[in-house]
Amino acid sequence: MSEAAGELKITNELIAKYDKDTKTVFGFWVYLMTDCVLFASLFAVFAVLRHNTYGGPTAQNLFSLPYVMLETMALLTSSFTAGLALLSAQRKRLKHTLFWFGVTFTLGLTFLVLELAEFSRFVAQGDSWRRSGFLSSYFTLVGTHGLHITIGLIWMIVMMVFILKRGLNDTTLKRIRMLSLFWHFLDVVWIFIFTIVYLFGVLGV
Amino acid sequence: MKNNSRNEAVDVMVSMHQPEEATLKKYVIGFVGSLVLTFSAYLLTQYGAMNKPVMVIILAVLALSQFVLQLVYFLHVGKEFSPRLKLLVTIFMVMIVFILVAGSIWIMNNLNGRMMTHSNMVKYMNSQDGL
Repeated sequence: MSEAAGELKITNELIAKYDKDTKTVFGFWVYLMTDCVLFASLFAVFAVLRHNTYGGPTAQNLFSLPYVMLETMALLTSSFTAGLALLSAQRKRLKHTLFWFGVTFTLGLTFLVLELAEFSRFVAQGDSWRRSGFLSSYFTLVGTHGLHITIGLIWMIVMMVFILKRGLNDTTLKRIRMLSLFWHFLDVVWIFIFTIVYLFGVLGV
Repeated sequence: MKNNSRNEAVDVMVSMHQPEEATLKKYVIGFVGSLVLTFSAYLLTQYGAMNKPVMVIILAVLALSQFVLQLVYFLHVGKEFSPRLKLLVTIFMVMIVFILVAGSIWIMNNLNGRMMTHSNMVKYMNSQDGL
């Protein structure tokens, strides 16, 4: 009798723990959705200011699509490998998890370096955020996304150290779920930057 | 024996909350689908020869398809059991974003239409001169 009662207690505790973790991840999802509102405001500003070039370069003169495509491929592939990292973590494969996070980090860093190189090329040409309303809104929108990527990369390093030190327990798994959500979310935002800023920009819409 | 039943209980809990949330198949579908959509958009913009309004509609459809694809296959939205709070929050976000972006563009275009051009402004200022 007492053994059964003890067992029920343990099971209930585990269920409560699992519920709490699921709620934490849901709370993180709600944060991501509010972050969308930040990006939506910046997209609205960009849409309004995109033709205000003040004699400076237009999107058609400035952007090179093959280069942007390279950035897009790096980020999209890193989103996929972040999913593989979560999958390995759920199957308790420590080395696989670290490997896929390593790949994700490398691709994410590649994306960031490509973006910063593009930014510095524009600034060196004299087309910085000070040049026109179009460029101010461009740098703010794409730069905010880049800032999120930077934070994601730092988080990923911390996560890898954490996994190495503590292994794949419930707590690390919960955090890995949130990190992978964050990373997929950044790729979703990039779909719209790619289409609205770069593709529409090159079309001259 | 004790350990076994405990593990079973946890397994049941996990499968109840996450009906196979993340699987390799889903990630592969999401990735290949996104690649196809991204490349179509890129090639159409680089080499397509259609007029602008048609291109804008095609590119918007491609972007929204990729958005939904990644939400379902990468972010697992709508795959949970009810109450589907994650889905609800996501739909609410889409609504807010639509109001914010479409509303801003609508209002600002309207204002642009009402504002004077530079030459009209100079004319107006000159006509008011000396009053």
